[in-house]
Amino acid sequence: MTTETAKKSKFEKTLEDGKFAVTCEIGPPKGAEVDEIKEAAEVLRDVADGINVTDLQSSVMRLGSLTTCHLIRQMGLDPIFQITCRDRNRLALQSDLLSASVLGIRNVLALTGDYTTIGDHPQAEPVFDLDSVQLMWAIRRLEEGYDLSGNQLTRKPSFFKGAVVNPGADTEASYELQIIKMKKKIDQGAQFFQTQAIYDADVFKRFMDRMHKENIDVPILAGIILLKSEKMANYMNKFVPGVFVPETVIKKMEGTEDKVSMCIEIASGLIEEVRSYCAGVHIQALGWEKHIPAVVKNLK
Amino acid sequence: MILTEFKPLEELIEKLKDEKKIFIMGCGGCPEGADTGGKEVLAEFKEKLSKGGKTVTGAMEIDFLCQKALIRSRIKPRLDEIKNADSVLVFSCGIGVQATSAVIDKVCHPALNTITFGGITGMWQGTERCDTCSDCILDYTGGICPYTACPKKLLNGACAGQSNDKCETDPERDCGWVLIYNNLKRVGKLDILKNFIPPRDHAKMLPSADLRKTGLWALDEEDAV
Repeated sequence: MTTETAKKSKFEKTLEDGKFAVTCEIGPPKGAEVDEIKEAAEVLRDVADGINVTDLQSSVMRLGSLTTCHLIRQMGLDPIFQITCRDRNRLALQSDLLSASVLGIRNVLALTGDYTTIGDHPQAEPVFDLDSVQLMWAIRRLEEGYDLSGNQLTRKPSFFKGAVVNPGADTEASYELQIIKMKKKIDQGAQFFQTQAIYDADVFKRFMDRMHKENIDVPILAGIILLKSEKMANYMNKFVPGVFVPETVIKKMEGTEDKVSMCIEIASGLIEEVRSYCAGVHIQALGWEKHIPAVVKNLK
Repeated sequence: MILTEFKPLEELIEKLKDEKKIFIMGCGGCPEGADTGGKEVLAEFKEKLSKGGKTVTGAMEIDFLCQKALIRSRIKPRLDEIKNADSVLVFSCGIGVQATSAVIDKVCHPALNTITFGGITGMWQGTERCDTCSDCILDYTGGICPYTACPKKLLNGACAGQSNDKCETDPERDCGWVLIYNNLKRVGKLDILKNFIPPRDHAKMLPSADLRKTGLWALDEEDAV
């Protein structure tokens, strides 16, 4: 069996060199038009070490993550292939991972996925044949040269493997369950983590203190969602599990007409507060990609 | 009738390897009809466990184990034997294991796999659900079935979708994994959650034709007398 000697990705090298990493996110479009995502990726060329591509985010049918990753890679950028368990059984998951490897896509982010009923096809069959820990195990098995049934592969793929964790889980049980599952992901080979969005630096610092106590030293990128308005903050507090925007932040947004400047101020202030605690940040701009350079200008 | 079969002996040995004292609980309902229960079966396993170096603190049969209130009242005279055990080995379908786990503060190991609901489902009236997966892991999950309590059927822990311990699919629905966490905390066995649970074997979920037929025996004209 030949071993895939994949070159390390730009994102991977950034973390390996101990440099502060910035990842951003592209959400594929509803339809076959790709100019917009190419433009968004172009904006990120000089600021992002890696670009996550979401996999039918919020269970909404869109252009696929794998194809979008390929387009981004063709532009000379470094994609992070998000792959969820919602829509593929173990055959399709393994097959898509092999496809990613053949296309030269090295970074993968293994996720459970949102439930189907929250999206635009609530009638769809939810698959969830594997969970995110088992998916991490499946990736490791492929790297060892075997599929999940123990059949030998002709060539071993090689990945830089990531997972997610929510530092803002709101009860003792859900918080502890996050830590337990995170450790299981590490046991199965997770090499980096990106977190659910944080708006309260203290919540994140407490989480990182816990990481220290648990001797978890896998690189962790703090999740930052650019806050566009107080309306968005209230919406997230109400509907997005694990995300909490403190009242002080909402007040700041309410008190200004210039939402863009305030958005940049809030995000860059948050990054400044957490940067000494983590390996990097993962910024989700939700269409405001053009403002990311201003958010990270102090970092680069 | 709910059809069950014995778990492979190696699997039972692995389950019980860290435990010395076992209490045996049997269901006098469906398992009797499926030859996976009844006093003789319990006596046989009591002997097997004793030969294997385990102390059996007691064995009892209740018809039906899917009835939590019945379990609660019937175990009263046997509480010392139960408290004295490290764990409980349960001979019933997945519903009976869940009901027993809800009443007894011990890890309850399923001794059987539930294959199919062939007919009338005993006296089951509770919130417990069994997916007849033929690969019962209720002892790893605090007596809460992750296939039925979690819409995503997650086996290795919660997703991040819950809010205030409720499920992302429905704010009225408890997060199945929070229930699992709380139950394992209650019996002092949170360490069990560290185990990696491999993907389930869906091939086991297809009972063979003869088992499906047996399950429907009461409706089968050929069996009429």
